[in-house]
Amino acid sequence: MTSAIHEGLVPGSIPVGRDAPAPARRNKIEVVELTARYGNREAITGVTLSIPARTVTAIIGPSGCGKSTLLRCLNRLHEATPGAGVSGRILLDGRDLRAEDPIVVRRRVGMVFQRPNPFPTMSVRDNVLAGFRLTGVRPRSPEEVVERALRRAALWNEVKDALDRPGTSLSGGQQQRLCIARALAVEPEVLLMDEPCSALDPVATARIEELVREVAPEVTVVMVTHNMQQAARVSERTAFLYLGRLVEVGDTATIFTRPAERLTEEYITGRFG
Amino acid sequence: MTRRVTSDTAFQGVLVFAGVGGLALLGGIAWVVGTMSEDAFRHVGFWRFLVGTTWDPVAGEFGAWPALLGTLLTSALALVLALPLGFAVAVFLNEVAPARLASPLSALVDLLAAVPSVIYGLWGLFVLAPAVRDHVQPALQAVLPDLPFFRGPPLGVGVLCAGVLLAVMVLPVVTSVAREVLRALPDSFREAALALGATRFEVVRRVLFPAARSGLLGAGVLGLGRALGETMAVTMVIGNRHDVPDSLFAPGYTLAAVIANEFSEAFSPLYLSALAGLAAVLMGTTLILNAGARLLVLHARGRWS
Repeated sequence: MTSAIHEGLVPGSIPVGRDAPAPARRNKIEVVELTARYGNREAITGVTLSIPARTVTAIIGPSGCGKSTLLRCLNRLHEATPGAGVSGRILLDGRDLRAEDPIVVRRRVGMVFQRPNPFPTMSVRDNVLAGFRLTGVRPRSPEEVVERALRRAALWNEVKDALDRPGTSLSGGQQQRLCIARALAVEPEVLLMDEPCSALDPVATARIEELVREVAPEVTVVMVTHNMQQAARVSERTAFLYLGRLVEVGDTATIFTRPAERLTEEYITGRFG
Repeated sequence: MTRRVTSDTAFQGVLVFAGVGGLALLGGIAWVVGTMSEDAFRHVGFWRFLVGTTWDPVAGEFGAWPALLGTLLTSALALVLALPLGFAVAVFLNEVAPARLASPLSALVDLLAAVPSVIYGLWGLFVLAPAVRDHVQPALQAVLPDLPFFRGPPLGVGVLCAGVLLAVMVLPVVTSVAREVLRALPDSFREAALALGATRFEVVRRVLFPAARSGLLGAGVLGLGRALGETMAVTMVIGNRHDVPDSLFAPGYTLAAVIANEFSEAFSPLYLSALAGLAAVLMGTTLILNAGARLLVLHARGRWS
């Protein structure tokens, strides 16, 4: 009797057997019981998720499941939306994001959006340097920053002679890589990508997937995608979100071959979504 | 089918009529003003009329320069004051204020544009002019005693008072246009800049304003149009004196105010023609400034498209 009460009073004392030993990989980001709202509507509810450093983590799930909202919480962009609210915690290198200045957070955690959005009044060069220009910082060697960022974004060879042209004069796929270069130029520790290929053709998509693989050893990438093949191709870890809740997270190979949850299996085999 | 085609032809006819009608109206006005002012231009000489500083109807001496300068000065003053303030209000309404505050405030600002100008004039005469006389002018003269354009006795009414009043009247126009221009910018620009670690101020200054440049210039053009042509309110607070103002506090005149004030007392055909000449100068000024501003807008737009 006493022991039953005791068990009931101490949460977490029941699933002792499932407590795995600490993972070998360091976690860059820990999301703990995160709930995010737009007004009264909860977009994500009680999500707990670890994102290991220097890997690609994919977040998959049907439209409206809260993938983008989760991503936008990771650089505190969600709270810039009118009426938005957040509870729970996000730790970046073990420190609570809310204790940090959002400006600093966003410099450490870069973001690439669904649609390419280079600044229309800036040249290719200025777009790459936008992270510095906007915040009034002068990089020591702008030319080096531009070249390195554009090389990492696999765009250098195509635009090295067109650095003074408007950023918006490039093709859609090039614009998106320009946006990636812009995000990488400030040397972020984490790169968030919100369905970065959804507006692009297959060739442009392949180039972006390739460059994501290439930057991953240096940068922790979190990519939202509705394209399961893409998640399978580029990510080491996959998280499946459904109706605002985290259904399952694990190594991508496991998720796609032996998912633990029936819901995950039904989603990845295309039975809904 | 044929009925639809006929109705389309009729529709087109109406549109062509409307377009041509607008042009014809402008042409008609220009023609009337031109023929009416011909006499004065011939009598005084066009250039002497334009830059002459004496306005003596009894002696048949007509110089538009004091009034032209008054128009340009008050309008410039109005823009200098209203543009920064209007842009700031627009930024506040669009980028900072929560929606439940922004929409009533926007409605109020738009309401300001609907207040008849004679009411602004009354306010200017009874509130603004005494304030300029008792507070603004002594303060400015105390801080900057040696500047020539701040000298003179405190009258209240004068160029500065008219300019400030015009600024108040221009403000709602500038604000509404700037607000619409900013609203039209896609959120993706804002988010892209925020995600790079920009503050709200940096987003506005380095992303939104450059992107909205041509539209913001357009806001200035509309405000300028309103300031150049405003008659009633200005004539109530500018002092109505045909002299080149030697200070911002000195009384002056504007083209529109002279025409309105003296039309009823024009005793000779030459006097009447001289007033029409002022109208021609005002139209010309408006046209030139508008064309210049439009070129600026085109230039701003052409740089990235």
